[in-house]
Amino acid sequence: MEQYKEADLKNIATSIRRKIIEMVYSAKSGHPGGSLSIADILAVLYFKEMNIDPLDPTNPERDRLVLSKGHASPGLYAALSIRGFFPESLLSGFRKLNSKLEGHVHRGVPGVEASTGSLGQGLGIGVGMALAGKLDSKNYHVFVIVGDGEIEEGSIWEAMMAGSKYRLNNLIVILDKNGVQLDGYTKDIMPIENVKEMVSSFGWNAIEIDGHNFEEIISAIEKAKKSKEKPTFIIANTVKGKGVSYMENNPKYHGAPPASQEEYERALREIGGEE
Amino acid sequence: MLKGQSESLRDAYGEELKTLGAKYTELVVLDADLSSSTKTSIFGKAYPDRFFNMGIAEQSMVATAAGLSLSGKRVFASTFAVFLMRTYEQMRQSVCYNNLDVNFVVTHSGITVGEDGATHQIVEDVGIMSGLPNMKVSVPVDSIETRSVIDFLAERGRGPNFVRLSREKFPVLNDKNYEFKQGKAHTFKDGDDVTIIGMGVMVSFALEAAEQLKNKGIDARVINMSSIKPIDRNAIVKAAKETGHVVTVEEHSIYNGLGSRVAEVTSEEYPVPVWRLGMRDTFGKSGKGWELFDYFHMGVDDIVKMTEGCFREEPRYENFP
Repeated sequence: MEQYKEADLKNIATSIRRKIIEMVYSAKSGHPGGSLSIADILAVLYFKEMNIDPLDPTNPERDRLVLSKGHASPGLYAALSIRGFFPESLLSGFRKLNSKLEGHVHRGVPGVEASTGSLGQGLGIGVGMALAGKLDSKNYHVFVIVGDGEIEEGSIWEAMMAGSKYRLNNLIVILDKNGVQLDGYTKDIMPIENVKEMVSSFGWNAIEIDGHNFEEIISAIEKAKKSKEKPTFIIANTVKGKGVSYMENNPKYHGAPPASQEEYERALREIGGEE
Repeated sequence: MLKGQSESLRDAYGEELKTLGAKYTELVVLDADLSSSTKTSIFGKAYPDRFFNMGIAEQSMVATAAGLSLSGKRVFASTFAVFLMRTYEQMRQSVCYNNLDVNFVVTHSGITVGEDGATHQIVEDVGIMSGLPNMKVSVPVDSIETRSVIDFLAERGRGPNFVRLSREKFPVLNDKNYEFKQGKAHTFKDGDDVTIIGMGVMVSFALEAAEQLKNKGIDARVINMSSIKPIDRNAIVKAAKETGHVVTVEEHSIYNGLGSRVAEVTSEEYPVPVWRLGMRDTFGKSGKGWELFDYFHMGVDDIVKMTEGCFREEPRYENFP
């Protein structure tokens, strides 16, 4: 595949962010906060780290991504369209009737591996995909993006045990640790302060990074790919709403679009990039 | 209590899986620490690489089943009926919404679980599963039909399927060559006066009841409705037209089970009285499996009593039991 430099990745992440804002504003609904926080991670995955081909989206050898936090669909749909899985013009159908772009991640969309939206299930799906890879002696990697509110679900920890038991070194989880969930801050709703120790004690590699630093994201994933026995859990410290000042760290924008034309224009201005 | 030879449905399931494992290398089986009871252990011993014991973690089992199916595997996943229900949402979102070829085969359903008591005797599962879009629901009547259902699902099954098996052995009613057809009912006994439609072990009760009814001058038709979804609408409408009265019998709640499905069809197409025998908005109880049928007014005598009631001068369902 093409080699993208860090400067390209930055531009791609900017495009993803612009499209996120355009989609949720057009739909008058959706989840910008947790989409903006993973834009840099998505740029690295889809434009550098994942072995994928938009012209051959079901190749058995491809890497897989399950976006377990399915409400971040605008981010994923934007990344897929920019990567060429479907025309960018389709993004305007997001959350509207007669469009495939369902409110939460939907498998009918080219490039999407699994429908998600109810939290805590995508990691188990990833375990199944990684197990199948082992059974079939394939070399693909399975990536799963989970949220830090999401890991309050017990089913995540069930899947963590299974990943460890079956030594799924082909499974890489990226935690979008943005500190905010629907009702407020995760530290107040259900504090999980020691994720690194927790995942280590479950038998996983644990790597903590700045989820907006391309170099750190790339190096963590490269390290995870080299794991011999254990699955890897990358704790990406991120900012919810990253790139739009009034959305940053603001629980209000977990699930609400820009409230006015003025807010909309301001968001695009702050994100920058080209129209 | 039950006449004739009985065989274990779960043994039949485990053995059939083992046979199919040789035929289909992409067949994988998951369990949640109950494999020696559900009998998936028979497959597990033969094919340890394709058997995944996910521990007491049913949500993980169901999501993993989805991931395996998305990667091209033919998946069977088993636990006790009651414990699979805690994964309703995983089944809904990860399996049914993705419309994956995942087969959930559960054992220890209904009151025949016996001594373990109410906590383990689920009588709501068929209703819960039938409501899921894309999900198909089958309740084999005996070991022969169990093998046939499992064969069918492994060879031609599409989308998510739920198969309900028991802990107890059930009487063998079908002959060796019987073949299950999804969406088709099977008539065990013809009759013109009334139709008794049964599900699971209660079909054998219905056949015994039909013998007693014959001595009382009532000729009852007995149908095995093993495919609950899709259901055989033609067989139901035909029974309604030809016999004018329907009694349903099930080891399940009368709400959202076989009786409800049958009544839906008759209401829409040919309304006749449908009297439903089963668990009446209640939990089960510890006791011997077979004793519980009498305790809950679901035994052979109760079927006879209810069916006779249809022919009273002023038949009234609420007089029963």
